[in-house]
Amino acid sequence: MSEKIFSLLSGIIFGVGLVISGMTNPEKVVGFLSITHNWDASLIFVMGGAIIITAPFFYLLKNKNKSLLDLDINLPQKKDLDIKLLIGSSLFGIGWGLVGLCPGPAVSSIALFEPITLIFLLAMLAGILANKYI
Amino acid sequence: MYNFTPLSALTGGLIIGCAVVLFFYTTGRLAGISGIFANAFTSKANRSSNLLFLLGLVVGPLGYFYLTKAPINFEITNSYLFIIIAGFLVGLGTRMGGGCTSGHGICGISRISVRSIIATVTFIFTGMLTIFILQQFGIYL
Repeated sequence: MSEKIFSLLSGIIFGVGLVISGMTNPEKVVGFLSITHNWDASLIFVMGGAIIITAPFFYLLKNKNKSLLDLDINLPQKKDLDIKLLIGSSLFGIGWGLVGLCPGPAVSSIALFEPITLIFLLAMLAGILANKYI
Repeated sequence: MYNFTPLSALTGGLIIGCAVVLFFYTTGRLAGISGIFANAFTSKANRSSNLLFLLGLVVGPLGYFYLTKAPINFEITNSYLFIIIAGFLVGLGTRMGGGCTSGHGICGISRISVRSIIATVTFIFTGMLTIFILQQFGIYL
Protein backbone atom coordinates (compact mmCIF):
# COMPACT_ATOMS: atom_id res chain seq x y z
CA MET A 1 0.00 0.00 0.00
CA SER A 2 2.67 2.51 0.98
CA GLU A 3 4.51 1.70 -2.27
CA LYS A 4 1.46 2.92 -4.18
CA ILE A 5 1.15 6.06 -2.07
CA PHE A 6 4.82 6.92 -2.55
CA SER A 7 4.57 6.23 -6.31
CA LEU A 8 1.66 8.65 -6.58
CA LEU A 9 3.44 11.22 -4.41
CA SER A 10 6.66 10.93 -6.45
CA GLY A 11 4.66 11.39 -9.66
CA ILE A 12 2.90 14.46 -8.25
CA ILE A 13 6.19 16.08 -7.18
CA PHE A 14 7.82 15.18 -10.52
CA GLY A 15 4.88 16.69 -12.41
CA VAL A 16 4.98 19.93 -10.39
CA GLY A 17 8.71 20.16 -11.05
CA LEU A 18 8.17 19.68 -14.77
CA VAL A 19 5.58 22.47 -14.91
CA ILE A 20 7.67 24.91 -12.86
CA SER A 21 10.73 24.11 -15.00
CA GLY A 22 8.80 25.13 -18.12
CA MET A 23 9.56 21.82 -19.83
CA THR A 24 5.88 20.98 -20.29
CA ASN A 25 5.95 23.64 -23.00
CA PRO A 26 7.36 22.02 -26.17
CA GLU A 27 8.52 25.45 -27.34
CA LYS A 28 11.08 25.50 -24.49
CA VAL A 29 12.48 22.13 -25.55
CA VAL A 30 12.62 23.14 -29.21
CA GLY A 31 14.37 26.34 -28.06
CA PHE A 32 17.03 24.27 -26.31
CA LEU A 33 17.56 22.03 -29.33
CA SER A 34 17.76 25.07 -31.62
CA ILE A 35 21.45 25.55 -30.97
CA THR A 36 22.15 27.74 -34.00
CA HIS A 37 19.21 30.14 -33.70
CA ASN A 38 17.61 31.80 -30.65
CA TRP A 39 19.08 29.20 -28.30
CA ASP A 40 17.33 28.75 -24.93
CA ALA A 41 19.67 26.99 -22.47
CA SER A 42 16.99 26.54 -19.75
CA LEU A 43 16.86 22.75 -20.16
CA ILE A 44 20.47 22.45 -18.96
CA PHE A 45 19.42 24.09 -15.68
CA VAL A 46 16.54 21.63 -15.29
CA MET A 47 18.78 18.60 -15.75
CA GLY A 48 21.54 20.19 -13.70
CA GLY A 49 19.18 21.05 -10.86
CA ALA A 50 17.82 17.51 -10.78
CA ILE A 51 21.29 15.92 -10.90
CA ILE A 52 22.60 18.11 -8.05
CA ILE A 53 19.95 16.44 -5.86
CA THR A 54 20.05 12.90 -7.24
CA ALA A 55 23.81 12.36 -7.67
CA PRO A 56 24.76 12.53 -3.96
CA PHE A 57 21.78 10.34 -3.00
CA PHE A 58 22.62 7.66 -5.55
CA TYR A 59 26.20 7.74 -4.30
CA LEU A 60 25.17 7.36 -0.65
CA LEU A 61 22.63 4.63 -1.41
CA LYS A 62 24.72 2.72 -3.93
CA ASN A 63 25.48 -0.25 -1.67
CA LYS A 64 21.94 -0.73 -0.39
CA ASN A 65 19.98 -3.81 -1.50
CA LYS A 66 16.63 -2.87 -0.01
CA SER A 67 14.58 0.31 -0.16
CA LEU A 68 12.95 2.05 2.79
CA LEU A 69 9.83 -0.05 2.18
CA ASP A 70 11.99 -3.21 2.13
CA LEU A 71 11.62 -3.64 -1.63
CA ASP A 72 14.46 -4.93 -3.79
CA ILE A 73 16.59 -2.20 -5.33
CA ASN A 74 16.72 -2.74 -9.08
CA LEU A 75 19.42 -0.88 -10.93
CA PRO A 76 20.38 -1.46 -14.57
CA GLN A 77 23.29 -3.90 -14.67
CA LYS A 78 24.27 -3.46 -18.32
CA LYS A 79 27.62 -1.76 -18.76
CA ASP A 80 28.52 -2.45 -22.40
CA LEU A 81 27.63 -0.13 -25.23
CA ASP A 82 25.60 -1.73 -27.96
CA ILE A 83 24.10 -0.72 -31.25
CA LYS A 84 20.54 -0.75 -29.85
CA LEU A 85 21.48 1.95 -27.32
CA LEU A 86 22.82 4.17 -30.09
CA ILE A 87 20.05 3.56 -32.64
CA GLY A 88 17.32 3.79 -30.00
CA SER A 89 18.67 7.02 -28.52
CA SER A 90 19.11 8.49 -32.01
CA LEU A 91 15.50 7.70 -32.94
CA PHE A 92 14.27 9.11 -29.63
CA GLY A 93 16.22 12.33 -30.29
CA ILE A 94 14.66 12.71 -33.73
CA GLY A 95 11.15 12.28 -32.31
CA TRP A 96 11.97 14.62 -29.42
CA GLY A 97 13.21 17.28 -31.82
CA LEU A 98 10.27 16.97 -34.22
CA VAL A 99 7.73 18.33 -31.72
CA GLY A 100 9.60 18.99 -28.46
CA LEU A 101 7.91 16.33 -26.34
CA CYS A 102 9.53 13.54 -24.33
CA PRO A 103 7.58 11.01 -22.24
CA GLY A 104 7.33 12.96 -18.95
CA PRO A 105 6.03 16.25 -20.34
CA ALA A 106 3.82 14.31 -22.79
CA VAL A 107 2.02 12.64 -19.86
CA SER A 108 1.90 15.83 -17.77
CA SER A 109 0.45 17.85 -20.62
CA ILE A 110 -2.79 15.87 -20.24
CA ALA A 111 -3.31 18.28 -17.32
CA LEU A 112 -3.12 21.21 -19.74
CA PHE A 113 -6.12 19.86 -21.68
CA GLU A 114 -4.21 19.73 -24.92
CA PRO A 115 -5.92 16.94 -26.92
CA ILE A 116 -3.07 16.84 -29.43
CA THR A 117 -0.84 15.26 -26.79
CA LEU A 118 -3.24 12.31 -26.51
CA ILE A 119 -2.44 11.52 -30.14
CA PHE A 120 1.24 11.76 -29.28
CA LEU A 121 0.79 9.35 -26.36
CA LEU A 122 -1.11 6.83 -28.52
CA ALA A 123 1.63 6.99 -31.16
CA MET A 124 4.19 6.56 -28.38
CA LEU A 125 2.40 3.44 -27.18
CA ALA A 126 2.42 2.13 -30.76
CA GLY A 127 6.19 2.71 -30.88
CA ILE A 128 6.63 0.87 -27.56
CA LEU A 129 4.66 -2.10 -28.90
CA ALA A 130 6.55 -2.00 -32.21
CA ASN A 131 9.82 -2.40 -30.30
CA LYS A 132 8.62 -5.74 -28.97
CA TYR A 133 8.39 -7.09 -32.51
CA ILE A 134 11.75 -5.84 -33.78
CA MET B 1 19.80 34.45 -25.06
CA TYR B 2 16.24 33.93 -26.23
CA ASN B 3 13.39 33.08 -23.83
CA PHE B 4 15.94 32.02 -21.19
CA THR B 5 14.44 31.19 -17.75
CA PRO B 6 17.29 29.83 -15.62
CA LEU B 7 15.70 30.41 -12.21
CA SER B 8 12.42 28.59 -12.84
CA ALA B 9 14.32 25.91 -14.76
CA LEU B 10 16.66 25.33 -11.82
CA THR B 11 13.80 25.36 -9.30
CA GLY B 12 11.83 22.85 -11.35
CA GLY B 13 14.94 20.72 -11.78
CA LEU B 14 15.59 20.63 -8.02
CA ILE B 15 11.97 19.54 -7.43
CA ILE B 16 12.27 16.83 -10.10
CA GLY B 17 15.46 15.65 -8.39
CA CYS B 18 13.57 15.34 -5.07
CA ALA B 19 10.87 13.27 -6.80
CA VAL B 20 13.48 10.91 -8.27
CA VAL B 21 15.14 10.50 -4.85
CA LEU B 22 11.83 9.91 -3.07
CA PHE B 23 10.76 7.30 -5.65
CA PHE B 24 14.09 5.48 -5.49
CA TYR B 25 14.44 5.68 -1.70
CA THR B 26 10.96 4.23 -1.11
CA THR B 27 10.34 1.84 -4.01
CA GLY B 28 13.94 0.97 -4.98
CA ARG B 29 13.24 1.81 -8.62
CA LEU B 30 14.53 4.50 -10.96
CA ALA B 31 12.07 7.15 -12.11
CA GLY B 32 12.62 6.71 -15.82
CA ILE B 33 9.32 7.81 -17.28
CA SER B 34 9.55 6.02 -20.63
CA GLY B 35 10.07 2.78 -18.71
CA ILE B 36 7.29 3.48 -16.22
CA PHE B 37 4.92 4.36 -19.08
CA ALA B 38 5.85 1.30 -21.15
CA ASN B 39 5.63 -1.08 -18.19
CA ALA B 40 2.32 0.37 -17.04
CA PHE B 41 0.77 -0.72 -20.33
CA THR B 42 2.75 -3.83 -21.23
CA SER B 43 3.77 -5.53 -17.97
CA LYS B 44 1.87 -6.83 -14.96
CA ALA B 45 4.80 -6.18 -12.60
CA ASN B 46 4.27 -3.04 -10.47
CA ARG B 47 1.38 -2.07 -12.73
CA SER B 48 -0.69 -0.17 -10.18
CA SER B 49 2.36 1.60 -8.81
CA ASN B 50 3.40 2.63 -12.34
CA LEU B 51 -0.10 3.84 -13.19
CA LEU B 52 -0.24 5.83 -9.95
CA PHE B 53 3.08 7.50 -10.76
CA LEU B 54 1.68 8.49 -14.18
CA LEU B 55 -1.51 9.72 -12.52
CA GLY B 56 0.66 11.85 -10.24
CA LEU B 57 2.36 13.36 -13.29
CA VAL B 58 -1.06 14.64 -14.36
CA VAL B 59 -2.51 15.47 -10.92
CA GLY B 60 0.58 17.45 -9.84
CA PRO B 61 0.34 19.99 -12.68
CA LEU B 62 -3.47 20.12 -12.35
CA GLY B 63 -3.17 21.01 -8.66
CA TYR B 64 -0.37 23.46 -9.37
CA PHE B 65 -2.38 25.38 -11.97
CA TYR B 66 -5.50 25.27 -9.82
CA LEU B 67 -3.73 26.65 -6.75
CA THR B 68 -1.42 29.19 -8.36
CA LYS B 69 -3.59 30.30 -11.29
CA ALA B 70 -0.32 30.39 -13.23
CA PRO B 71 -0.72 30.90 -16.97
CA ILE B 72 -0.43 27.74 -19.05
CA ASN B 73 2.19 28.05 -21.74
CA PHE B 74 1.98 25.37 -24.39
CA GLU B 75 3.24 25.96 -27.91
CA ILE B 76 3.41 22.95 -30.19
CA THR B 77 3.39 22.22 -33.91
CA ASN B 78 -0.10 21.92 -35.40
CA SER B 79 1.00 19.14 -37.75
CA TYR B 80 -0.71 15.87 -36.85
CA LEU B 81 1.74 14.06 -39.11
CA PHE B 82 4.67 15.38 -37.05
CA ILE B 83 2.92 14.48 -33.80
CA ILE B 84 2.27 10.89 -34.89
CA ILE B 85 5.76 10.30 -36.29
CA ALA B 86 7.37 11.94 -33.25
CA GLY B 87 5.29 9.95 -30.75
CA PHE B 88 6.09 6.71 -32.53
CA LEU B 89 9.84 7.46 -32.64
CA VAL B 90 9.88 8.50 -28.95
CA GLY B 91 8.13 5.25 -27.95
CA LEU B 92 10.27 3.01 -30.17
CA GLY B 93 13.55 4.84 -29.51
CA THR B 94 13.24 5.04 -25.72
CA ARG B 95 12.47 1.33 -25.44
CA MET B 96 15.22 0.31 -27.83
CA GLY B 97 17.70 2.62 -26.09
CA GLY B 98 16.42 1.80 -22.61
CA GLY B 99 15.58 5.30 -21.43
CA CYS B 100 14.63 8.90 -22.05
CA THR B 101 15.46 12.32 -20.63
CA SER B 102 14.61 11.19 -17.09
CA GLY B 103 15.98 7.61 -17.11
CA HIS B 104 19.23 8.29 -18.95
CA GLY B 105 19.47 12.08 -18.66
CA ILE B 106 18.82 12.43 -14.92
CA CYS B 107 19.03 9.00 -13.22
CA GLY B 108 21.76 7.56 -15.45
CA ILE B 109 24.03 10.59 -15.50
CA SER B 110 23.81 11.01 -11.72
CA ARG B 111 24.78 7.34 -11.32
CA ILE B 112 27.70 8.07 -13.68
CA SER B 113 26.53 5.35 -16.08
CA VAL B 114 28.59 5.46 -19.26
CA ARG B 115 25.69 4.02 -21.27
CA SER B 116 23.40 6.82 -20.07
CA ILE B 117 25.95 9.55 -20.75
CA ILE B 118 26.40 8.25 -24.32
CA ALA B 119 22.63 7.90 -24.76
CA THR B 120 22.02 11.46 -23.53
CA VAL B 121 24.68 12.96 -25.78
CA THR B 122 23.20 10.96 -28.69
CA PHE B 123 19.59 12.04 -28.28
CA ILE B 124 20.50 15.66 -27.65
CA PHE B 125 22.66 15.58 -30.78
CA THR B 126 20.00 13.99 -33.04
CA GLY B 127 17.38 16.32 -31.53
CA MET B 128 19.50 19.36 -32.38
CA LEU B 129 20.21 17.97 -35.85
CA THR B 130 16.47 17.42 -36.41
CA ILE B 131 15.67 21.01 -35.43
CA PHE B 132 18.50 22.31 -37.61
CA ILE B 133 17.22 20.40 -40.66
CA LEU B 134 13.62 21.51 -40.03
CA GLN B 135 14.81 25.11 -39.79
CA GLN B 136 16.41 24.81 -43.24
CA PHE B 137 12.89 24.05 -44.55
CA GLY B 138 11.45 27.06 -42.78
CA ILE B 139 9.96 25.11 -39.85
CA TYR B 140 10.79 26.28 -36.29
CA LEU B 141 12.45 29.60 -37.07
